[in-house]
Amino acid sequence: MELGGSFYEKKYYSTCYMCACRCGIEVYVRNGKVTYIKGNDDHPLNKGVLCAKGSSGIMKEYSPARLRKPLLRVGPRGSGQFKEIEWDEALEIAAKWIREAAEKNPAKVAFFTGRDQMQAINSWFAGQIGTINWAAHGGFCSVNVAAAGLMSVGYSFWEFGDPDFEHTKYFMMIGVAEDHSSNPFKLGIQELKRRGGKFVVVNPVRWSYGAIADEWIPIKPGTDGAFILGLAHVLFKYNLIDWEFLKEYTNAPWLVIQAPGTPKDGLFYRNEEGKPMVFDKKSKTFKPADRIVPDDLDPAFIGEFEAPEGYKVRPAFDIFAERIVKDYTPEKVSKITGIPAETIERIAKELGVTALYNPVELPIEWTDVWGRKHKKMVGRPVSFHIMRGIASHSNGYQTARAVFVLMMLLGCIDRPGGHLAKPPYPKHIEDLPKPMKIKSLDELKFGKFYGPHLGIPQSPDDLLVDEKGNPLRIDRAYSWEFPIAAHGLIQNVIPSAYKRDPYDIEVLIIYMANMAWNSSQNIPYILEALTAKDASGNYIIPKIITIDAFYSEQVAYSDLVLPDATYLEQWFALSLLDRPPSVASGPVDAIRQPIVEPRDLKGEKLDVLPWGEVMVRLGTKLGLPGFVNEDGTPKYKDWKDFLINWQPQPGIGALAGWRGKNGDKHFVGEPNPNQLEMYVKNKGFFYYPLPEHMRYYRYANKDYLEWAKSVRFVKRTDPIIMNFYVETLQKFRLAGQGLWEGEKQPPNDPVIRERLVKYFDPLPFWYPPFEEEVSGEDYPLYAFTKRPQWMYHSWDSQNAWLRQISTRNYLYMNPKTAKKLGIKHLDWVWVESRVGKVKCQVFLTECTEPNSVWTWNAIGKMAGAWGLKPEAEEAHLGFLLNHVIPHSINIGGREFYYGDPITGHLAWFDTKVRVYKAEDQTPEVYPKFKVEPLPYIKERWMDVLRYKP
Amino acid sequence: MPQFALVIDLNTCVGCHACATNCKEWNTQAAFGPLSDFDPFGRAPEGVWYNRVFTYEMGEFPETQVFHLPKSCLHCQDAPCVPVCPTGASYKREQDGIVLVNYDDCIGCKLCAWSCPYGCREYDEVDKVMKKCTLCIDRIYDETLPPEHRKPACVLTCPARARFFGDIEDPNSEVYKLIKKRQGFVLFPDMGTNPANHYLPRQETTINLEEYEKHILKPDNPLFLEVLRRHKPGFASKSKQEQPQEHYAEQLP
Repeated sequence: MELGGSFYEKKYYSTCYMCACRCGIEVYVRNGKVTYIKGNDDHPLNKGVLCAKGSSGIMKEYSPARLRKPLLRVGPRGSGQFKEIEWDEALEIAAKWIREAAEKNPAKVAFFTGRDQMQAINSWFAGQIGTINWAAHGGFCSVNVAAAGLMSVGYSFWEFGDPDFEHTKYFMMIGVAEDHSSNPFKLGIQELKRRGGKFVVVNPVRWSYGAIADEWIPIKPGTDGAFILGLAHVLFKYNLIDWEFLKEYTNAPWLVIQAPGTPKDGLFYRNEEGKPMVFDKKSKTFKPADRIVPDDLDPAFIGEFEAPEGYKVRPAFDIFAERIVKDYTPEKVSKITGIPAETIERIAKELGVTALYNPVELPIEWTDVWGRKHKKMVGRPVSFHIMRGIASHSNGYQTARAVFVLMMLLGCIDRPGGHLAKPPYPKHIEDLPKPMKIKSLDELKFGKFYGPHLGIPQSPDDLLVDEKGNPLRIDRAYSWEFPIAAHGLIQNVIPSAYKRDPYDIEVLIIYMANMAWNSSQNIPYILEALTAKDASGNYIIPKIITIDAFYSEQVAYSDLVLPDATYLEQWFALSLLDRPPSVASGPVDAIRQPIVEPRDLKGEKLDVLPWGEVMVRLGTKLGLPGFVNEDGTPKYKDWKDFLINWQPQPGIGALAGWRGKNGDKHFVGEPNPNQLEMYVKNKGFFYYPLPEHMRYYRYANKDYLEWAKSVRFVKRTDPIIMNFYVETLQKFRLAGQGLWEGEKQPPNDPVIRERLVKYFDPLPFWYPPFEEEVSGEDYPLYAFTKRPQWMYHSWDSQNAWLRQISTRNYLYMNPKTAKKLGIKHLDWVWVESRVGKVKCQVFLTECTEPNSVWTWNAIGKMAGAWGLKPEAEEAHLGFLLNHVIPHSINIGGREFYYGDPITGHLAWFDTKVRVYKAEDQTPEVYPKFKVEPLPYIKERWMDVLRYKP
Repeated sequence: MPQFALVIDLNTCVGCHACATNCKEWNTQAAFGPLSDFDPFGRAPEGVWYNRVFTYEMGEFPETQVFHLPKSCLHCQDAPCVPVCPTGASYKREQDGIVLVNYDDCIGCKLCAWSCPYGCREYDEVDKVMKKCTLCIDRIYDETLPPEHRKPACVLTCPARARFFGDIEDPNSEVYKLIKKRQGFVLFPDMGTNPANHYLPRQETTINLEEYEKHILKPDNPLFLEVLRRHKPGFASKSKQEQPQEHYAEQLP
């Protein structure tokens, strides 16, 4: 054979979309087909590496599940009976449905988006229609982590921040399977390990990253909050706390009023100017907190004082200290978590000595906001990453809060070796956006802009409720049940629409989300909701439009399907306005570009359009003000034109790089007609490396804040003081007690009020997940899912290469637990919760702590979906745990959607089950579902695939 | 003589399968491809892969250890698959030690697969020949590739930087030094195959708190004690000597 010679004809730079990590890729094309995909060496995020999913992009591109033309349902929902229609007709129908519904009231159009990366644009589009009902998928994904972080430190984990892998000496990963940002983490962990750092994994399961952890802490699910607060107890006992950090950068020393039964109880003690106060030990007087640094005060952290006004005040830290000293001793925590007390003590000591006695010192001069010049940047080199294992519980918000408080105690926030924010974060907490307030849905009008949809309420007055206190949003976000639902609650949409509570909707538009399957809970109920009809024989959820590139379960249950193009076929912006692919050392945004024409494996052209293109055509057709000029002419020619010229605010657009007519302005500037070409020339991304002295301490870094203001990342340059104590939560607590003096009051419902009083604690605490009480001893095992490293949710069973790694999942269980239940390795068992049961095959492993069972999250499929033959193992041996996950829970005699009481975050992992051997050992899962594959999909099933363009 | 090989660091491998799929992706389209996949969308697809990743566990909970083991042809220095081949299709190159299959001469008898203790050879039903890792011979000598890309695809793609490529006979090479420093080992060393690919073992990092316990770590933070005093009624205020720390736990409710 011949060696050497070029293997490709064309090479392109783009951004991967096999998951939401957004690695930079090099895509090679030969004979009009994608022939090889490699990581982009120069991309700051992945530095040339690429995971299993990214390396298999070709088989997603040519997946047999690719839709080829718009579809209109002709048979019943779920029957897979569609007729193919032209785009013109599809857009007419979509526009007609949207207009008819929105003219009655825009809220009747619910637009929810799943795995998208264009949330800013999608929410703007929803706002153009005028509906209040838009959100992305954070409500079941990671809102607990995002909201807790934003409200604590002005940023968070995942897209908001990363460990400083270059300098950290101790990295603890809690509740993480394979998560974002995955390749940077793999790169980072090996870097840390090779430098001699310690890597600790806190997880009920030891797998994936856990294999190379130096220590595995096999914690009981849902108890991480207790573990974290136990660590805080030990740190406090041994005085392993960065007091200077707490003093200068957090509100830990701020005084909190102790006046139970009055509207001031639990709020900060403020002077006449409204400034929060501290007790200065030097002068033994009360002083404003903003004088701590300028006047070199010595604020008390412990103690109780009497204010001149007569009430008692305590530093916020004092309240926290009492809590951790009394309630979170290692012995108590050990009983809750299953972790030995000695381990809790030791880990806390390891964290403390690493942080305080092994600091990192970088010889970089910097100036803080108070004008002090520092000769070096000193860091506390301990870092953390947390994700769904913490978030997806009914105590997830307070657990995440505990982690941020722990990081404040260790002083490792945005400092060398610690956990770093990623620009455009951090942001001032009080300046975070809030959802646009309306008093009733009557204020909405088709074409009248509504937005922003999401944000962080600062008090009960920011809730989206009507005069009776009922939710204004279909997903009940920002209601008294889920006040700080910062990412919306996509998982509640279908159940709400079915129950017509708080109201009915007419058109449900789903973009890139598999709500009929792995992204919902209690699937039999969801399918019932999607197919239920009223007395007149009409579907209760009248119209469902789905936008997707592939034949998913959700597509099969839709009325109108608008086929999307893939990531290798369209222009796209990974924008600073969304979840940017930034790195800690500077903002990054990126593009995707059309590399190949949409075609299937046989080479047939696919008549598909990028959703962005469809959105522009729809918006123009609907005559929405953002899409048409006063004279009725369209503002945008096409999606490419939109990406370049759309400006939600003057000078700010989807992409930050090379703005201005000459492409010489970054971040703020007029649209540059050649902007996309500039990105293409620059290997697909724009990275602005911050000067070294602006890379740390950014909440108090004078030069950073001034620059951040100039590029509109922040609104002001005063320091971002972190919320050790979240006063906003106390306002909700006061409302529950009937003491909130603001405009909105909770309903006179003792259950709602008790929730507000109990859970809206301004300081973190641990409480057992709600399911413990409801399921009780009948369902003794915890059940949860994990995401494998080679599949991204439901997206990759359609992939000819990736599915050869796993076509099915097992229920993983500890052998001792199995033995007690009389279950043997590879037995078929029933997994039963209070809402349902599934039959599946067990796999025994010592990697699992004894109280848990788990599986991979989305390998199980409906037979006939995802381009697979109906006999595919995914549908017969693969199973979905979702069937047993409750979507609602009874609290105080009422049904609530099952979510965190603060954010509504779906409490997937609270699920409790019992497992028993099935009498019938026939190797088939139960329940089984099927849909009819589209005829042209069947024609793509080949006996042999030999891919070589 | 040079012996090219891979060194795989089990201390950073997280089992993500990047190496397996990137290898598949590269090789199916490259000089030695395509690699067949059978019933790719059917019940249980099976295809030809050069590299597969296995995960093993040892020990009993909670002392469980897990490791991931990517395995591909180890390019043995005494490769048993070479002498066993009846046609000479299976051969080891003198100039770099890479073991290859000449498809023109291979008759698909599979004796090599029987002789390989590692299961690294796969039969392609369509081409009716044996296929296996070529150490990306078509990349490492390809001068149209930028120099830094003249490495096996799996090495370049590994997100955990767990894979290294080089000449294990050259004392100046990265792989030689790694094997020496990290005590690299081979699979089944007693089978006489003398694999060229080496693995680097797991290393556990611990933190020695001894010195800190002696001088720094004392559970007597005065603020902690003050909080205890205030909030635990009946907690007598005693001096440090009289108040051993173990009593805290007992006295708290």
